[in-house]
Amino acid sequence: MTALLEAQGLTVGYGAAPVLHDVDLTVAQGSITAVLGANGAGKTTLLRTLSGLLRPAAGRVVLEGQDLRGVRVEQMVRRGVAHVPEGRGVVTELTVDENLRLGGLWRRDRADTKRALDEVYGLFEPLARRRRFPGHQLSGGERQMLALGRALVGRPRLLLLDEPSLGLAPRVTAQIMALLRTLRDGTGLTVLLVEQNVRGALSVADTGVVMSLGRVVANADAAALRDDEDMRHAYLGF
Amino acid sequence: MDRFVFLTFDGLSRGAVYAAFALALVLIWRATRIVNFAQGAMAVATAYVGYSVSAATGSYWLGFVVAVLGGLVLGAATERVVMRFVDHSSHLNGVVVALGLVLVIQGVLGMIYGNEFRPAEAPFSREAFTVGGIALLSPFDLFVFGAVFIVVVLLAVLFTRTSVGLRMRASAFAPDVSRLLGVNVGGMLTLGWALAAAVGSLAGMLVLPTELGLHPNAMDIVFVSSFTAAVVGGLDSAVGAVAGGLIVGLLLSYVSGYLGATVAPIAVLLLLVVVLLGRPGGLFSRSAARAV
Repeated sequence: MTALLEAQGLTVGYGAAPVLHDVDLTVAQGSITAVLGANGAGKTTLLRTLSGLLRPAAGRVVLEGQDLRGVRVEQMVRRGVAHVPEGRGVVTELTVDENLRLGGLWRRDRADTKRALDEVYGLFEPLARRRRFPGHQLSGGERQMLALGRALVGRPRLLLLDEPSLGLAPRVTAQIMALLRTLRDGTGLTVLLVEQNVRGALSVADTGVVMSLGRVVANADAAALRDDEDMRHAYLGF
Repeated sequence: MDRFVFLTFDGLSRGAVYAAFALALVLIWRATRIVNFAQGAMAVATAYVGYSVSAATGSYWLGFVVAVLGGLVLGAATERVVMRFVDHSSHLNGVVVALGLVLVIQGVLGMIYGNEFRPAEAPFSREAFTVGGIALLSPFDLFVFGAVFIVVVLLAVLFTRTSVGLRMRASAFAPDVSRLLGVNVGGMLTLGWALAAAVGSLAGMLVLPTELGLHPNAMDIVFVSSFTAAVVGGLDSAVGAVAGGLIVGLLLSYVSGYLGATVAPIAVLLLLVVVLLGRPGGLFSRSAARAV
């Protein structure tokens, strides 16, 4: 297993109180890792630290053997890391097409960006029908497609997703999860997925990491977390 | 009736300048949520440089170009060196810092150039054409309309059709998300300030020939009128800034013409009060009046 991303001893806080305590995490290349836990467990803080929006007080983040200390947020996308933040981050004042193009502006290869854009429209047919719609006219599911599509336009190697199923109907959630599986299998995309929807996340994940109060309390095969009753009861409450 | 026509055209001509200046204010407001109270002083400073270059080289147009380019540089420098470090937790912080900049700029101008009024020549004749005995527009007025029209069109094209414009809008609407998408948000902010200040400098060069002359405080009243125009149009609306500018220009012209020039500033302030009381979001705001 090649590790694409590693978090080593991360301690992060907003102001005085630390939110993450000594967090270790390894994301294997070409896998889907689910980060699970209740509200306040520190899952969003973890993602924001991995993508550079937050600086750790201690510990480090390593991408393919390279320490990411000092790397600016704007550079992460050039290293192949795409972060879809909590709330999706659809820019509501811009149109669907403008949001998607925004995802590829940093790239130099204009021709391939255009191809990626066409592929995204092919993947998300509702977006193709609403190219000129401003973001605020989209439904929750369409916004999730837009946020995901925008990340994919940059052809990332690692996708950081913060609660993609939030506010979505079960059918739409299942479609998103299935899409992640397809992308992993088809293009070798690595995904780190923060979710409160445990069943949905474990249905596609290879690895499950459970967090509680800012610490990692379990890190196991997703199948084990799903099927081992004791583990499930202990860490996931069902 | 002749008088009315003349006042209308004169008002629209002044209004075009206020529209450009108000656009500069709206640009910075949309990107940073700061009203650039130093915009007038910055425009005067670049106008001084421009007219100095004109006097030294004998070419008005060289000075004009230098003034606008000076605006680009001054705007970028102001953002990088001063405004970037302002704590955004309170709106007032940006205002206080900008007002401080005004004092510094006007003080320095006074030291270098003195406080007498200097002549600010117009590049074209200011005598109005007459059609059937009615005075309409002067060549200079046409120049003003043309210049402002070109600026508005260029800015519209920049923002809606170029990737730089897309980056700038995204940086203003959603800075954190934009960073995650690889946009250099800090750089876009500096560019926004540079463009806004260049537009302000252009407006300054267009209005100074119609004022008493070049003086460190020469743009103060223009700032108040343009700020009113921006508020009337809705601070978030570029279209509103242009409409607001024309409205303020016409109002000032009619009031000066029919009631006297001394009453004109009062009329502008009255307009500001009425709009803030009745529709604080401005005429072009999407939502109904909301007290802020």
